[in-house]
Amino acid sequence: MKTVKQGTYFWQGNEACAEGAITAGCRFFAGYPITPASEIAEHMAKRLPQVGGIATQMEDEMASIGAVVGASWAGAKAMTATSGPGFSLMQEFIGYAFMTETPCVIVDVQRAGPSTGQATKSGQGDVMQSRWGTHGDYSAIVISPNSVQEMFTLTIRAFNLAEKYRTPVIVLADGTIAHMREQTIVPPIESIETINRRKPKTEEKAFFGLEEIPPMPTVGEGFNVAVTGSTHNEHGIRFTADPTVHRRLVGRLNNKIKNHVDEIADFESYNIDECQIGIVSYGCTSRAIHEAVENAEKRGIKTGYIRLKTLWPFPESIIKKLAESAEKIIVPEMNLRQMFYEVERTANGLAKIIPLNKIGGGELITPEELLVKVEDGEE
Amino acid sequence: MTETFSIRKYLRDLKLPFCPGCGIFTVMNTFLRAVHELGHKDLSKFVFCSGIGCSSWIPSPYFIADSIHTPHGRSIPVATGIKLLRPDLNTVVFGGDGDIVGIGLSHFIHAARRNLDVLVIMVNNMVYGMTGGQVAPTTPFGTRTTTTPYGSFEQPLDVARLAVTAGACYSARWTTAHPDELKDSIKTAIKTQGFRFIEVVSQCPTAYGRRVGFKDVGEMLKWLKQDSVPIQQAEQMSEEESANKIAVGVFVQRKRLTLTETIYKIIEEAQRSAK
Repeated sequence: MKTVKQGTYFWQGNEACAEGAITAGCRFFAGYPITPASEIAEHMAKRLPQVGGIATQMEDEMASIGAVVGASWAGAKAMTATSGPGFSLMQEFIGYAFMTETPCVIVDVQRAGPSTGQATKSGQGDVMQSRWGTHGDYSAIVISPNSVQEMFTLTIRAFNLAEKYRTPVIVLADGTIAHMREQTIVPPIESIETINRRKPKTEEKAFFGLEEIPPMPTVGEGFNVAVTGSTHNEHGIRFTADPTVHRRLVGRLNNKIKNHVDEIADFESYNIDECQIGIVSYGCTSRAIHEAVENAEKRGIKTGYIRLKTLWPFPESIIKKLAESAEKIIVPEMNLRQMFYEVERTANGLAKIIPLNKIGGGELITPEELLVKVEDGEE
Repeated sequence: MTETFSIRKYLRDLKLPFCPGCGIFTVMNTFLRAVHELGHKDLSKFVFCSGIGCSSWIPSPYFIADSIHTPHGRSIPVATGIKLLRPDLNTVVFGGDGDIVGIGLSHFIHAARRNLDVLVIMVNNMVYGMTGGQVAPTTPFGTRTTTTPYGSFEQPLDVARLAVTAGACYSARWTTAHPDELKDSIKTAIKTQGFRFIEVVSQCPTAYGRRVGFKDVGEMLKWLKQDSVPIQQAEQMSEEESANKIAVGVFVQRKRLTLTETIYKIIEEAQRSAK
């Protein structure tokens, strides 16, 4: 078996993520063992050499993402996978990849934190870290799968976004999705869109500016590219004191994501134009909404939902639309309120935002618990 | 016919940021002379990685070459990704003692252990120079620095020896007072396979020399020369005798299977069996 063929598979989430990456063209993986993400490294270690790729275990998470950044500049689509504690360690390189416009994919299979927390139990506590984890003025693209199928398809999308926008993309999975097994359909391979970074023409020299998304050279091709995490001009030359160069660079890096929110944002919605009660959900928690909505409707409550497949950049326009029709919006999360605040800020008083939070032991929010909130609508 | 050496051929037309009298000028000059003498008319067969600190600015962005200036201490991991993908490129890491064996020590040991095919040139000025002269893992015992105002109370690390223990194929130590030996060492290291390490003990007149009582750069170079002893001689000395000496020379030169050799063999086998 080389790259995966069209068909129906019974995969574990982490396995689907790895196969999605390989299908997207990933040929370099570096990682460090951590529950509940280790199966991605294990699967990559087995599969990547079969397709001529490289998988290697590094001494820690900083080294893992560092090798990924190096591989990306050597021309490969590259990925690493970790969980909360490792994700914390990777933050310096996430900022570096953003600043140097290095496409790469970082999978964070969330577990219950902070710190070592409950290593084997699922959680959604890294939502804000995925947006604000590194220092400085930064914008993130964060993908949120809610099934094994999406561990496959959305990992492919993560690579496409990384290559298109020349930026790190985070797949914010969770222990539940990563460890469950489900039917996964691989469509005809030729029907799967894969995007590759734009390469410079021989005479091009501006790899860090002039255009919104500049072309990216590969080392060893004669471009003499100077890559630095320090503030730099369009040729990669350091300008560590000039305010104009800094504003121009950091402004463009943030704008290239901000100006394309509608293209990046991905969600599933139901009945948002005429619902009384709305639900905004994502990841494993969103698996409870269908049954809760069905039962609420049986009881005559008009209910609608938005299920976010991308968390960042935050899709404000669709949330605002829901807030215009719904009186109340419930935000179920396996954390102590994170996306809640973002929904509240966006709704800006148009609807009452009600949190529903549960942490510990990897216990999911059940459709019944969600239904209770839908029915009584109180905090 | 060999062309005459011109350092400008390898450098971007930019003003260098180093202090007057800095040892980095010697390292830069010596490295490029070595490259020139090996017959490289340009640096197109090289890729450079460096971290944070004065000596990380040697290649970035001054060399007309591909150079990746990484976060502090992380040049070796980035070089790992590059080398694994592009075994054909000479991957050279430049860094200071703080960068390579302070914050980046674990990467250094592991790269030597796995015999990553890179050359690491560490400019050891015994202090964190860029940030104002704080104590480093290489600062001699008892030295007053800005963060050890009463003298350093820790023992320094012998990095050239550590590289040997960790598995390097080549390890050497010279000082900026030994430019000819250093140049020969760099030439040998470039031509050698596997993990190669060269430590250059260097003068930092700004953040070290003037604080510990050296009058000028000349005096610092005299000190580096006088306190250096060949490795063979240093090995005969008692711990007390060798305490303030700089052991110079080649610590190891050997052949071992490199990481790129072993990893590509596995890829080949896996591809064959997957057919």
